[in-house]
Order: sequence, then structure tokens, then C-alpha cells
Amino acid sequence: MEFEPVIGLEIHVELSTKSKMFCGCRVEFGGEPNTRTCPVCLAHPGALPVMNQQAIRYLARISLSLECSVPEKSIFHRKNYFYPDLPKGYQISQYDQPFAVDGQLHVMLDEKDYRVGIERVHQEEDTAKNIHGGESGRIAGSTYSLIDFNRSGTPLVEIVTRPDIHSPQVARAFLNKLKNTLQYLDVSDCNMEEGSLRCDANISMRPVGDTGLGVKTELKNMNSFKHLEKGLTQEIIRQTELLKNGEKIVQQTVHFDVTTGDISPLRSKEFAHDYRYFPEPDLVPLIATAKFVDGIRAEMPELPEARAQRYMKDLELPEYNAEVLTASRELADFFESVTEKTSASPKSVSNWAMGDLSGYLNSTGEHLATKSVFPEGSNICKLSPENFGNFVKMVDEGIIGVTSGKEVLPEMCKTGKSANKIVKAKGLTQISDQSELEAHIDEAIAGNPGQVEQYRAGKEQVIGFFVGQVMKATRGQANPKLVNELLKKKLSG
Amino acid sequence: MVTHDDVIYVAKLARLKVEADDLDRYAGQLSSILSHIDKISELDLTSVEPTSHVIDLSNVFREDEPRPSVDRDEALANGPEVENGAFRVPPILES
Amino acid sequence: MVLSGCRLSWNREYVNLLRLTATEALELMKRGEISSSEFTGAFLSQIDRHDDDVFAFLNVTGESAREEAAAIDASASGRPALAGLPTAIKDVLCTRGVTTTCASKMLENYNPIYTATCVQRMKDAGIVTLGKTNMDEFAMGSSTENSAYGPTRNPWDLERVPGGSSGGSAAAVAAGECVWALGSDTGGSIRQPAAFCGVVGLKPTYGSVSRYGLIAFASSFDQVGPITKNVRDAHLMLQFLVGKDPLDSTSVEYPVEIPPLEDRDLSGVRLGIVKELVGEGFDSGVMETFSKAVAMLEAAGAEIGEASLPHVEYALPAYYILAPAEASANLARFDGVRYGLRAGDTSGITEMYEETRRIGFGDEVKRRIMLGTHALSSGYYDAYYGQAQKVRTLMVQDFASALGQFDMLISPTAPTTAFRLGEKTGDPLTMYKSDICTIPVNLAGLPAISIPAGLSEGLPVGLQIIGKAFTAPTLLQTAYSAETAIGFGRVSPLIEGQD
Repeated sequence: MEFEPVIGLEIHVELSTKSKMFCGCRVEFGGEPNTRTCPVCLAHPGALPVMNQQAIRYLARISLSLECSVPEKSIFHRKNYFYPDLPKGYQISQYDQPFAVDGQLHVMLDEKDYRVGIERVHQEEDTAKNIHGGESGRIAGSTYSLIDFNRSGTPLVEIVTRPDIHSPQVARAFLNKLKNTLQYLDVSDCNMEEGSLRCDANISMRPVGDTGLGVKTELKNMNSFKHLEKGLTQEIIRQTELLKNGEKIVQQTVHFDVTTGDISPLRSKEFAHDYRYFPEPDLVPLIATAKFVDGIRAEMPELPEARAQRYMKDLELPEYNAEVLTASRELADFFESVTEKTSASPKSVSNWAMGDLSGYLNSTGEHLATKSVFPEGSNICKLSPENFGNFVKMVDEGIIGVTSGKEVLPEMCKTGKSANKIVKAKGLTQISDQSELEAHIDEAIAGNPGQVEQYRAGKEQVIGFFVGQVMKATRGQANPKLVNELLKKKLSG
Repeated sequence: MVTHDDVIYVAKLARLKVEADDLDRYAGQLSSILSHIDKISELDLTSVEPTSHVIDLSNVFREDEPRPSVDRDEALANGPEVENGAFRVPPILES
Repeated sequence: MVLSGCRLSWNREYVNLLRLTATEALELMKRGEISSSEFTGAFLSQIDRHDDDVFAFLNVTGESAREEAAAIDASASGRPALAGLPTAIKDVLCTRGVTTTCASKMLENYNPIYTATCVQRMKDAGIVTLGKTNMDEFAMGSSTENSAYGPTRNPWDLERVPGGSSGGSAAAVAAGECVWALGSDTGGSIRQPAAFCGVVGLKPTYGSVSRYGLIAFASSFDQVGPITKNVRDAHLMLQFLVGKDPLDSTSVEYPVEIPPLEDRDLSGVRLGIVKELVGEGFDSGVMETFSKAVAMLEAAGAEIGEASLPHVEYALPAYYILAPAEASANLARFDGVRYGLRAGDTSGITEMYEETRRIGFGDEVKRRIMLGTHALSSGYYDAYYGQAQKVRTLMVQDFASALGQFDMLISPTAPTTAFRLGEKTGDPLTMYKSDICTIPVNLAGLPAISIPAGLSEGLPVGLQIIGKAFTAPTLLQTAYSAETAIGFGRVSPLIEGQD
């Protein structure tokens, strides 16, 4: 029997508001422990929560971008459980009346469209951070823990998909698309290493063709795209083997070990979960009036698809370029400011941005100077939109050769200098001087009589060899177009 | 009737240690209270809306403006056990 | 020996400072006839004399009280509105830098890092804080016997309870140990002790007074209010308590002005006696005193009729689901991690939690946490919590209908007078029934006041007046007229003896 996986994701997004969900403490990453706390987020006796309006606006943006319907009334519940990182002994969350329901997100993978249903989007608050003491530094085997409440009460939005995903690759593509969307919405920095975007996956297997749902397991805290895909793949293998051996899947939380690639059940809590949800009496209902929802709709930032369409229509970019650029908010924002600030050809700009610039950023881990929020400690690339635009123009105009360009651009990124300065300092301006080029061409012809003969015998592609010789001699600075013309003239002569 | 198992279950959920000697007493008292409380099951309230707030309020917000946090020493001052600027607790996963 | 009285210089009239109301004292202080220091000193002396017996205070902040009073006396101009009034504060309210225990071992050494909004408002208005008063642990109880530090005794009869949970505050006012006090009321915790101690207790409409800094028992019921010698003082204090607090989402701007009280009778005021809250199960002495008081109200012009709250018998059961359920969550924060008690020498987090909470909480608190946990636990929610919320709807409707026919409703505040210490501690349910007249009001969030109706066998009986939401002006005016009509005018022997 063949089995197919059924996967649903639960994604937690830390919002990039200035202050926490229910108190005025700052939202930041890191810092000395317990420096951003107050009676509310330390859950001192008598302290009360008051909702952050901006968080609710961000929540609404996310909900609308996922095409959810927003019921007029939603309320908050208390989810009760004991854990040292949960100071009140309950988490304020939403339960049977969430903020938004029934949405969707489409994902393209290998030119196929996958629709992933969104079950619900709701608001809650983050927990504090446990630092496990002892030799291992991990929870298992630690002899004590230290609790830092800086993160306690950070606004957290939970997005729950329907079990519409049937491969680890689609799961990964979904998370990628979601992350990009969230970045376009300006609601979160979505930094997975710092935990501002976290993903849990529910997974079960069923015989191909079945529509029912099997017993599921939960994979917790898949903290990168790669881990999500790998973890799911491993779990699918594990479950499939069990089923093929006629064994039963046990509903449980499993842990994916990133280093060994092993899946192991988490020690089952000694006690079943009984969260005793009940309406939070310290907060009042949230009413999303049509006016409020329309207001959010009006202030929604442009999402990737719309932006790609605009690039195709207004800037005449090919579809492929438009899609690649908009798949990263950072790149798209930078591209836009280049086209706004300089007269460089958008298509050329997009080619350089997708090619050499992206390559440079990937290899150095730097980020472009845009309004996107970057993780603390990120290195910002020194390339300005103006310099980049002028650089592309110089290449297009033949002032810099393509080969030289590939040398100039990284230098611009590193130093922040203009292309002009670098080209001058390095003497990389393209040689278009005819007599200078002719001298090199003559040398090449004189030194390679065999190839000259081949050419004259009709093997015209040998011209490439001669161009290469000239380029070598000029360290790539020769104007290739001119070299071609002159070569043809001389070789046929 | 509240059984010993019921008492043990809720005590565990609420992280209250109940000594074996006290099980009888708590089970008896909770039974007596619940038998009085069970009176409400007489009422057919299928068509009645529940009330969780008696005042008619909605959308009470604060602006997203950071306010000064408390001084760290003050935040930790009441801590039963403090180490390296954090609250120290016994191991979370017990062996 | 320190005298509690003083001779006013200008007319040589002897005044017992312990008998002064806040309003009277304010006037005398304003005129410079007494100083806040003298006034404060008189109460501190009375505390010295009697509080070993009464045990109204968990913590007397005598030194800082004297300093605050001296500062008020020294300031030449711009006296704040409540300048120099020595006030007792129920230990359920957080006071920055002053130990706040909620009468629990759990918070024995808890030193709050902030001050409750209502206390801050009173402080901003110039009060002198005498200390923190005893109460039932976490405000759970009706006799103040559930304090982890020992019971408070009733100043009228030291063998009897002062009521609860604000028993310390009510006893302090009745014993002349403060001019007035702050209490909190979840199911009757201001009104019932006020009734037992022969003083006035007002529970404002839910949402009138900020709960920020009030250590939560049942969040959708809790409300802070005044315990005073008379209605005029309650009227005075209320004006400084009410108002929207940006730190409490459930607080509102008081929607109407609270005008001055007027000397007038009860003509045209329609009062409905809640027929389900008189008669069976009520002490005959209480009923007799209540009836006499009602007759006096009628004589003062009130139109008395019979009102009905048909579902009131379900109020107590519903309350004992909803309040413990909320409490079970509210008290989860007492986990030994960030403040308060921590059991030593435990091998893991769960054992630490369980030991800490076993040692830190008293019996009644544990009982209510278990009750609330049970009512919310899987499989029981609909039958208990869900059903109780619907009963709450019925209570709201019952009151709306009764208050459609009458301006206000009246009943005895409690079915008995102050009972003996230990009399009801063995049976929680009997104790719970002590709040049978007050709990329905909390379910509906309405304002209600208890004023002395008279004495029954030497013990005070309270008259409860219940108003519509946010009608403190008319409720207080009616209570004031009723107080005048009844003319109680008695004080506890502890004050009388100091004449």
C-alpha cells in the first residue's frame, strides 16, 4: 500500500511592535536578562493587561493578507498551565472565537500551484526564556534553569493551516512564501534564528486515495526552512515504516535532532493537557467593525504578487525577473529605490541585482540598506541605490566591461565607493581606443597562424579564441564589440 | 460525588500537593459544595446567552508606546533565588 | 498616657477624635483646630490600646504615618482634598515598599514594586496611611478567620467575628483605629463586615474603580470601595476612587457627576424589599431590626413594596463556580519563581510548585482553587462554568426587571449578626451562605451599600440598598436619607470607652 503525508502547520510570529502585547515594556531581542520587565509581564499580584492597539492592527493585516474572514467579535481566553516561563500560570490567547478564520495562501512549486487553507489566525503573547543551567546547556540533564522575562508578553500571532500540505517541499515553500508575505506586511522581522518566526508541524499518513486523517504526531520548533523539510521527511519515513510493518502511530510530540537527523519522541508530559480555557475577565471583547477592517485594508502594504505585476507592467520586466525580485522584500525594495533614484534601465538593474548582487549578499550574509527590519548585529551592505544605478548605466554604456563589472561591484559593496572611483583607481575603464586595441589584435594574429588559417578556411567560430586572447592581454578591459569588429576586418584582410 | 481520584486530578492540575490523609476531607467538602452547586443543573438554559462581562465595553487599547521598565534590581528584589540577573528555578525536566 | 481626645483651643469644646467622621475631621483640620499629627496620633494610640485584641492590622506603619501627617501639617498652602486623613488599607491592595501579604503565608515577605491605582489616588489626595488591615486569605472568606496570621475580632464583641473578607478594615473603623478604610468586595466582602461591625460599606458598580494593584480573587467580580463611619464619608471617598484607569481595561470614566448630598427625606423614593432575601433562613433578630428600619424609612416618605429576584436561589451556586474558577487562574502566579514563598530543597520544578503552594496557601484557598479547577476541567466546563455564566445572565435580567419597578432594592445585608469565632469554620457551605444577600449583586455588577439598621441583642444589623449600575449619586443620597431616618448613632464599646 502506498501512503501519502498529510501536513498542517502552526506558525508563531512575533510582531515587531515597539512595546509588548499587554504592557509598555520594549520589544527587542537579547539584552541583559530581565531588563525589560514590569509588574504586568512579571505577573506581579494585582497587575492587569491592556491590549496594544498596533498589535491588533498587525494581526488584522496578516489576516487580510491571508484572505481570512474577520468575524465582528473575538474574545480572549486564559489557557492555563504551569511552566516557569509563563509568569501568570496562564497564557492570554484566543480560543473558540479567534480574530480571523478561513483564509488561504497559494504556493508555486515547480510551476504547480498549491492552495493551502488557513484555519485561523489569532493573537496571543509570548513566554519568557529559559536558560538551562548545568553541563549540557539543554533542558534534558540540566540541574537548574534561569528565567529571563524580557521576551515575556511579546505580541505573538498564531497562524494555523488546514491539513492541506502533502509534501515536505510544499511545506517549506509555504513557510517561505508566508515569511516573505509577513515581511512585506511590515509586521515582523521573521528571523527564524532568533525565534521571531517559529513553526510546528502536525503530520499523519494515509493510504493514497483516502480522504480521512490518520493519527498525527507533532514536530515542534522547526527553526529553519531546511529543518522543517528534513524533519518532515524523516518523520514521513518513520511513520511509513511503522505503518508498513502493521504498527500503530502513537499520537505524541516528536523531536527532530538537527545534528543526527533522528526523530525521537519527547518525554511525554506525565500529565495530560487540560488547559481549562475560559474567557479572560481582565480584557474586554475585540470588535472588528467594517470601518476598522476597511481602514486596515486601505493601509495594507503592496504584496509580492501585486508588486511583480507592477514591475511587469510599468517597468517592463520579464515575468521571471519580476518574480525573483519580489520573492525578497529586501531585494525588491532596493531595486525600487534604484529605479526611482537613477535612470538606469530597470531590466539591467534587475539582472545585476538577481545575479552578482544577490551572489555577493549570499556569500557575505550582508543585508541591503532598506527599510526592512534586520536581526540585531546584521551587517549592512555599503552599496547605495545611486551607486548601483550608475554602475549599471556605465556597464550598459560600455564604459565598464561586463567582466570588469563583476570585479567592480563587490568592491562597491565592500567600500561604499562609486563605480567611477573604483574603475579609475584600478584602471578598469574599458579600452575603446582603436589603435591600442589594434596593437593587441596584431599581436594575437601574428602569434597564432594556425588559428588564422582555420578562420580563413571558413571556421568562423575561431574568432572567439582571438577575442579571448585580446581580453587576456588587456585584463578584460577591451571593448568586446569593438574587438570583434576589428578582428573580423583584420582576419578577412 | 467527588472521589479521591477527582481530588488527586485537580490537585495535580493546580499544583497543590494533597496529603493522603487529607483526601477524605477534601473529597467530602468538595462533594458537599458541589451538591449545592448542582442545583443550577435544574435550569434549562439552552436559549440563554452566557455573561462573562457585566459591563458593555469593547476595544479598550493602549497606544504602542514603550514605557520605562522597572529597574532590574527591583524586578529581581522579590525573587526567592536569583542568579546572573535571572530567576533561578529547579530543573524543569525531572529525571 | 496618651489621650485620644483634645481640647479645641478656640471654644474649649472637648472632642473625641476617635468619633470624628472624615468629613468632620477634614473641616477641623482645614480650620486649623486639630492637626493631622494629633489626629493620626490618636488612632495610633487606639491601635496600641486595642489592636492586640482586635487584630485589625497586619502591619501598622506608625512611623511613616507620623511623618506623612507632619508633612501635611507643615505644608503652608494648597492642602489636597483629603489632606491628613488617617486611612487603613486592606492588605489586598499593593503598596510600593510596604509589605503586602493578602493575609497569606505565600506573600509573607512580598514587597510590591508598585502601588495600586486607587491607593495612589487617595495618597495624591493627601491621606495618611496607617497600615494594612487583616482579611481572609486572598479575600476568600466571610469571617476573617481564614487569615494566615490569625483572626480579627469584632469590636462590638471580641468573641465574635467581624465578618469578611474585609474584616480588618471594618473592625479598624468600628474600633476607632482609623477614620476610614479601603476594602474590596467580590461577593460581599465590604458590605457584610460593614454590617457586622456597625459601619457603612459601599461596593461601587463594577468598573467604577480601577482594579490595578488589587490582588485578584475573581476578576469579573472584584471591586474596591470605602468602609466608613457614615454615608457622607463614603460619598466623599468614592469621588476619589472612581475614574478610568488606563492600566485597567475594565475600568470606565464614571458617567455622571457625583453631586453633594442633600438633607432631605425619602419622599417619592420607591424601595423594593427583595422577598426572596427575607424570612426563611434569616435570624429573627435580624428580621426584627430590618423591619423596624423599613418602618422608619416608610415614615420618612419612602414607598415600600415587594420586589422579586426569581432566580436568586441560583446565585450562590453560580458564584461558587465562577469565582473559584477565576481564582484558580488568578492564583496560579503564586508559583515560587519571581516573588513570594518558595519551598526549599526540592528536586524539580513540579515538586517546587506543589510544595510551595502546599505550604503557602491555607485550607480555604486550596479548596476554592480545587473547586474552580474542577469546574473548568475537561468534561465539566459546560455543566458548570457555561451553565453558571447563563445563570449570571438570569441574575442580570432579574435585577433589571426588579429595578424597572423600583428605584432601589433593599434587604438585610446578611442573614445573621456577627457569629462566634469558630462557629462556622468546620463547614464551608454554611460559611458561604453568610453572603447570600450580597453575592447576587456582584453577579450583576451593581452598586450596593450597607448601612447600620440597628442592633439585635447588642450586635449591629446591616441594611443593604442596591441601585442600578452607575447610580452612586442616587444610591448614596438615598442611603444618606435612610441613615438620617434610622438615626443609628452608635459606636462600638472600644470607642465608647475612650470618651
